[in-house]
Amino acid sequence: MYRAFLIKYAEIGLKGKNRYIFENALRDRVQAALDRIGRYHVVREQGRIFVECPEDSDYDETVEALQKVFGVSGICPVVVIDSMEWDDITGGVGAYVEEFYEEQNFTFKVEAKRASKQYPMTSPEICAEMGAYLLGRFPALRVDVHHPEVSIHVELRTKTYVYSKTIPGPCGMPVGTGGKAMLLLSGGIDSPVAGYMIAKRGVAVEATYFHAPPYTSERAKQKVVDLARIISDYTGPIRLHVVNFTDIQLSIYENCPHEELTIIMRRYMMRIAEHFAKKSDCLALVTGESIGQVASQTLQSLLATNAVCGLPVFRPLIGFDKQEIVTIAKKLKTFETSIEPYEDCCTIFVAKHPVTKPVLADIEKSEQLLAEKIDGLMETAIQTAELIRVG
Amino acid sequence: MEAYLDNAATTRVSDGVREIMERTMAVDFGNPSSKHRKGMEAERYLRDAAEQAAKSLRAEPKEIVFTSGGTEANNLALIGTALAMRRRGKHLIAAQFEHASVNSPLLFLEEMGFDIDFVPVDGQGHVCLSRLCSLVRPDTVLVSLMYVNNEIGAVQDIAALSAAVKKKNPGVLFHSDAVQAYGKYRIHPKKEGIDLLSVSGHKIHGPKGSGFLYIREGVRIRPILWGGGQQRGLRSGTENVPAIAGLGCAVREIYEEHESKISRMYGLKEHLIGRLAALPGVTVNAVSEPITGCAPHIVSASFEGVRSEVLLHALEERGVYVSSGSACSSNHPGISGSLRAIGLREDLLDSTLRFSFSVYTRENEIDYAALQLGELLPVLRRYTKR
Repeated sequence: MYRAFLIKYAEIGLKGKNRYIFENALRDRVQAALDRIGRYHVVREQGRIFVECPEDSDYDETVEALQKVFGVSGICPVVVIDSMEWDDITGGVGAYVEEFYEEQNFTFKVEAKRASKQYPMTSPEICAEMGAYLLGRFPALRVDVHHPEVSIHVELRTKTYVYSKTIPGPCGMPVGTGGKAMLLLSGGIDSPVAGYMIAKRGVAVEATYFHAPPYTSERAKQKVVDLARIISDYTGPIRLHVVNFTDIQLSIYENCPHEELTIIMRRYMMRIAEHFAKKSDCLALVTGESIGQVASQTLQSLLATNAVCGLPVFRPLIGFDKQEIVTIAKKLKTFETSIEPYEDCCTIFVAKHPVTKPVLADIEKSEQLLAEKIDGLMETAIQTAELIRVG
Repeated sequence: MEAYLDNAATTRVSDGVREIMERTMAVDFGNPSSKHRKGMEAERYLRDAAEQAAKSLRAEPKEIVFTSGGTEANNLALIGTALAMRRRGKHLIAAQFEHASVNSPLLFLEEMGFDIDFVPVDGQGHVCLSRLCSLVRPDTVLVSLMYVNNEIGAVQDIAALSAAVKKKNPGVLFHSDAVQAYGKYRIHPKKEGIDLLSVSGHKIHGPKGSGFLYIREGVRIRPILWGGGQQRGLRSGTENVPAIAGLGCAVREIYEEHESKISRMYGLKEHLIGRLAALPGVTVNAVSEPITGCAPHIVSASFEGVRSEVLLHALEERGVYVSSGSACSSNHPGISGSLRAIGLREDLLDSTLRFSFSVYTRENEIDYAALQLGELLPVLRRYTKR
């Protein structure tokens, strides 16, 4: 019976003269999300976005797709009555109330709009007549124009559109309106969630993954591709840079103090990620770090890691507990994939007692031990990186 | 160069198998249950395959039930027997290191109120005969022992074990998971006291998704799949004609010039063991003296100071394909049950690889693999966790 959806958006409404940019972006994101499941028609008109569904569309599938589009604050299922005859319209709205409300004993008001001003009734007339009709048909209904439990919207265009319910959307901003950032994506639980969080604020996402064959397997890489694929439902297509990190890691292992391995390794990851970020016009790096979760995520460690970056590093999960992150990961359905037991390159070569309060100067001194050779290794890692397009 | 030394995981399909499968898919594609000629034609493939399988075991075609592979054959043997015999007794016995497709159905049966015992094995992977006999009770209905272990290649003296079990309780049925043994040994169930025997097609150059269960005439088991009553009601469902035809062809081929194939494999095995012994910090597990006391196609070796998964991937980069533990359990990393069961040193459990051969394996593949190992081990040992 539902044949269309009205998309509501909240924050975009705050924007000034560039408002149309956000609205167009949202329209495009909605269209792209729906293109994956069928031939939907998405139009932006009069300060809102309207989705017309194909005949064979599935209600749940459509709602699920729309709930993944950032910028959408509400999704209103709309019933279309194929007529402009007043008797058909009242009958249709009556049938709507009968079908979609179990008991017809609420307070309500009718809100009417007519696109064509040629229609013989004005909007207030439509409201009044429709209200009277409904009161006659459902005696337990009561009108409350100030605080109704249900607002029944009736819109007359070339057909008649009826809606009264709103399903919450994910809110946030349309992806792409906030520039682009480079996500350091691992196979863990946190980084895919960080990617989701940054995308929610309208930021498009590219990703860099570091693998260390033969210490990590093809399957570990596949897992990261799978994770990128899952979050691309929210972020849109992701360009994933896969960097072979083995030689750099081995060089650090051979030359540097073992308790500093992880910090130094992360500094090189940041450097490489930043290289790709700048090349792709990303304006920031994004990581899944959260204060104190592991040795490399103490404030001292974050300071030491951060010191190599020129771009700002955003850490959307910085104040989250593990359990809170897991809750989001489960909602995104990345959790099941993240916990597949393939090692990533952070978990090999971990020192038994890694330093938790590194001093930047010491770390920099240790890196000197890598000498000039590291530049060549970095260069090779960057040159040999593989680009995978996901989503 | 490539060296595929993971034939205990799966083997390449032979040309003959591929051809007959193609024919049953594209030309003779009928449903064997159809009453018309197309059905008859398809049925002929089933009959031929059953005859080949029966002949290889010196059994009758009606003693063969085709399944979707070793796992289903094991499930049918264990659950089917337990259900059929449940009024006589509810006790079943298996070896400590059975394959998951024996272990898991047994744990399921335990949940359903059956009583399960696992008999331990020694350092060579052999079931202790006296320990086994001591477990047999008047209400024991089934003993299931793996013919050849999939991870270390240990072979059981099935005839002796079955005889001892049946001497203590003649009513016990004897099942053997012969997935790794079939095609390597000439098995004679009736002589060896085997009532049920599981076979998989893709370990002998047949297709994946093929296999059969031998059920000695006179043994009654219940089906575990219900439906159209195909295969005398024991395995409902339209027969997978291409897979069964392929399996039949693989069975015929594998037992052609069998003795020479097997002695060649033992040659390969000795060759690899020799090459491994020349490398420092390498031990070969569960080898027997003489070498023909263990399976011809499996070598298990432990590499001190190297994690098996890392070594596996390093070898893979150089075109050498092997297994850590067994491929079937590698999806659920964890320590191999077989290696623990034979009492392998704790620090070697996660440092062990399995090399396995087929009739297609060449000596230069083994040389190549050994060469790569020789190069990789010192490099990888430099980077072990300190």
